[in-house]
Amino acid sequence: MLTTLSLSHFLILGAILFAIGIVGVFLNRKNLIIILMSIELILLAVNMNFIAFSHYMQDLAGQLFVFFILTVAAAESAIGLAILVVLFRNLKTIHVDDLDSLKG
Amino acid sequence: MEFKTFVFYFVSAILVYASLRVVTLRNPVHAALHLVLAFFSASGIWVLLQAEFLAIALVLVYVGAVMVLFLFVVMMLDINLDRLREGFWTYLPLGSIVALLMVAEMGLFIYGSFYGLLESAVPQADRGYSNVQAVGRLLFTEYVYPFELASIILLVGIVAATALTLRGKRRSKSVSPGEQVFIKAADRVRVLHMPAERPD
Repeated sequence: MLTTLSLSHFLILGAILFAIGIVGVFLNRKNLIIILMSIELILLAVNMNFIAFSHYMQDLAGQLFVFFILTVAAAESAIGLAILVVLFRNLKTIHVDDLDSLKG
Repeated sequence: MEFKTFVFYFVSAILVYASLRVVTLRNPVHAALHLVLAFFSASGIWVLLQAEFLAIALVLVYVGAVMVLFLFVVMMLDINLDRLREGFWTYLPLGSIVALLMVAEMGLFIYGSFYGLLESAVPQADRGYSNVQAVGRLLFTEYVYPFELASIILLVGIVAATALTLRGKRRSKSVSPGEQVFIKAADRVRVLHMPAERPD
């Protein structure tokens, strides 16, 4: 059962990665940079599932979805880091608790 | 045990270890470097799944571009690590409970309904098959509109990131005509009234 690779192996691996990403958001609730990295991990888990299904169903559409997810994720992290830099320039901090100016 | 299975377990052990270190390490630079390792291992697993194009794209795009961006930003910011770290241990029990629950749920679903599904041997690609060629053919025929949209998203990303971090015009020594018109003599010359002194 465990010695021959099956779809479940890859799905379980994706589940573990996804959970680690969620835990990263929980544990590093104060650190914006680590939260961004955790989001990257979550996206990686999703991509892993897409590729595993694409391989085992012999359908290339899943791989193209991963391609587009990679594109959007790259744009997202670039804009997120730009916002981070602007934030640090204005407030001199990236501590999440200090970002309360929208609280009213 | 088949060699492929051994490779899978080996690479995924590295992957899980690296991603655990990403969320637990204290220093963001070390965390970013572990994330590089995680992406690299993930691309290894994708090669195992015969998705060679995406494996290369992951290494090129993520390890080559996005993670370098992360590293640069982390190094540019002068952050107080101790303050960012507070609350780590208090959130640990809650976070691990949520993680275990999620893995258990997903594992339940996967082993309950998907085990045995598609377990039959996937036809191995023959020698002439090229994943890059197949993906490219599909990308440029059936998915050409999403492909163009992706390029627009990247363009928006470039413009947004540049516009956000632009500091404005550099201060030059030229004179602004608008300010020059409204200037008054009193702004430029100060007339002092003082009694004349007789030289001794």
